[in-house]
Amino acid sequence: MTGSPHSTTVFPHRHLLGIEGLTAGEITTILDLADGYVEQNRQPSKKSSLLDGRTIVNLFFENSTRTRTSFELAGKRLGADVINMSSDGSSVKKGETLIDTAMTLNAMHLDALVVRHADSGAVKLLADKVNCSVINAGDGHHEHPTQGLLDALAIRRRLGSLDGLIVAICGDILHSRVARSNIHLLNAMGARVRCVAPPTLIPSQIDRLGVEIHHSMATGLKDADVVMMLRLQTERMSGQYVPSTREYFYFYGLDYEKLAVAKPHAVVMHPGPMNRGVEIDSEVADDLKRSMILDQVELGVAVRMAVLDLLTRDRRGTDV
Amino acid sequence: MSNANARVAYRNARLLDPASGLDQRGDLLTEGAKIADFGPSLFADGVPEGIEVVDLQGQCLAPGLVDMRVLIGEPGEEEKDTIKSASRAAVAGGITAVVLLPNTDPVTDEVASLEFIARRAREVRLVKVFAYAAATRGTEGNEITEMGLLSRAGAVAFTDGTKAIASAKAMRRALSYARTFDKLIVQHPEEPSLASGGMMNSGERATRLGLVGIPREAEIIMIERDLRLLELSGGRLHFAHVTTGESVDLIRRAKARGLKVTCDTAPHYFALTETDVGDYRTFAKVSPPLRGEMDRRAIVEGLADGTIDAIASDHTPQDQDQKRLPFAQAACGVIGLETLFPLTLELVHKGAMPLLKALACVTVKPAELLGLPLGRIAKGAPADLIAFDLDVPWKVDVAAFKSKSKNSPFEDRPVQGRPLRTVVDGRTVWQFEG
Repeated sequence: MTGSPHSTTVFPHRHLLGIEGLTAGEITTILDLADGYVEQNRQPSKKSSLLDGRTIVNLFFENSTRTRTSFELAGKRLGADVINMSSDGSSVKKGETLIDTAMTLNAMHLDALVVRHADSGAVKLLADKVNCSVINAGDGHHEHPTQGLLDALAIRRRLGSLDGLIVAICGDILHSRVARSNIHLLNAMGARVRCVAPPTLIPSQIDRLGVEIHHSMATGLKDADVVMMLRLQTERMSGQYVPSTREYFYFYGLDYEKLAVAKPHAVVMHPGPMNRGVEIDSEVADDLKRSMILDQVELGVAVRMAVLDLLTRDRRGTDV
Repeated sequence: MSNANARVAYRNARLLDPASGLDQRGDLLTEGAKIADFGPSLFADGVPEGIEVVDLQGQCLAPGLVDMRVLIGEPGEEEKDTIKSASRAAVAGGITAVVLLPNTDPVTDEVASLEFIARRAREVRLVKVFAYAAATRGTEGNEITEMGLLSRAGAVAFTDGTKAIASAKAMRRALSYARTFDKLIVQHPEEPSLASGGMMNSGERATRLGLVGIPREAEIIMIERDLRLLELSGGRLHFAHVTTGESVDLIRRAKARGLKVTCDTAPHYFALTETDVGDYRTFAKVSPPLRGEMDRRAIVEGLADGTIDAIASDHTPQDQDQKRLPFAQAACGVIGLETLFPLTLELVHKGAMPLLKALACVTVKPAELLGLPLGRIAKGAPADLIAFDLDVPWKVDVAAFKSKSKNSPFEDRPVQGRPLRTVVDGRTVWQFEG
């Protein structure tokens, strides 16, 4: 799921379409590079000229202010020209197919294309038709690789390593691309992954991806080092998958009481935006000792800079 | 071939008739549209003058294929396939009779629609074209159609085609009313509320790809329900394209109980699995979805033990605009007219079925299910024949296919055996030009 081979030795992929298929070494390469960008982003002057003259397009077929802004900042801090396109303003509304859009953009000689789409596999379809590198910024229920990477970076910076950690991913696993990317990543890095959700929100045979399944927060969070909460799409709440937000919060919403069975140092994560009082209690979300939610946002920019850096190395004639 | 009483002698053939079990070297004589005679020593004294001679040099001669499940785009979506393009594809695939599904625009639910199909088929005059009529008006699943009038106008059976008859009440009535005319009700076995929104078989692969899964139970539940309704209502029920081992088991047991139930499958369900979806390959998006390896094997077993009566191509043309899309948005279906025969022969070459049994699934069995006097080599039977090379290896080349649409997941698949000549009513309508 990472595209055709590429000449860069430490990251031999042309695209970043998913975490599935990446090795622990490749993941570590990205995280190590991102660590450096974290420091760059904390300087008063944050801009470098690494991608001077390069063009990056953020092509978002689905609204997402935070991910799009994070990618935009990442590109701009590396000195690239960044253009944002959304489906509202594109020809897609006029009946142009995804492949037509890809061919049109390809003719404009882009260096990287960041794509979000509501359909699983849509980014892969597009990547097959363009010459530039493609980064999946979330496709349907499939993957959101940079989210997985930034989560990993946040955990690594806080807890030192991912190896051997117990990570509980809780909530709407069924519809979550974040969960899938994290499952692949955490497994590759030696963590033990648990999925905690009501049975209606657990995808079929997800145990075959190497996770334990729990339907109770009490067992799912027991001795966990990391508790990752997922956003519940409220339109899916009533009657379809769970009876109500009230019932959901009672059994699966994260509060201090449920968190008490996790390890004392356990950290709480959430990819945002949060539904406070649905999947997470505000007290926990805002507890800076436990919650890494703002760290995740900060590190997201660094991870995306690292990915843009690595994927454009071949074009720039740079090797590690 | 303009002479209606022209006689053609097919000499030095391996005569194969799955209906009678014939597998013998010999000759066959057609006279006009009928088979006049056949046998090992038919022309022991030479062929009389005035008879055209075709020397088959030991190649096989069998009844032409009867494909009981074909969707075309005419009327309504002629860019996908027309009666003409589908007829050309059919004869190139060794098929001499097709039965069209009613899912066109407008739906084939009125006598005028059947007459339109018959007229277009007469104009094209290649393959024999038969049609299902919709079981419910507009295939909307509510009111049953005028089955008596439609039967008189030529409807061979009733089905809502690509849609399941979801309402138990409508299914009960359809089964019950069709008894009057001894017609089959053909069901697309998929419980729609359970399958809704689904894109591929539910399971590990769907979970990895982030695609909404359709559980196997959607098919199994519908078959269980309909078997109950069959017991309640009587009639004759046929399940199209069964795909799971449990489906085959249910039908096997129902047959053993004496219920009038039959079923077919399509080559993609015994030749492919859900892994062929690969990285979102839309050509492998079909309805019902491709299943896992255990189910695929169960389908082969069902064919081998006769529980599955027939193999149909399930030809569903989709143009590029319908397939070059993200998987979720892409239309279902594969073309199959030109791969039905070689993929059926794959079962023979792999040792899953003897040749005559496999041929029966694509000739006499579908013909019998639909009450068509086709699919056999017999004196006086229609001279619908194929000559074929059983063993020649070749690769599927979709670009060379006659169908207007090219949505086949079998591109470049190595296969063995191909039609050489297709004869409909005594006329050679297609010949291989290799």
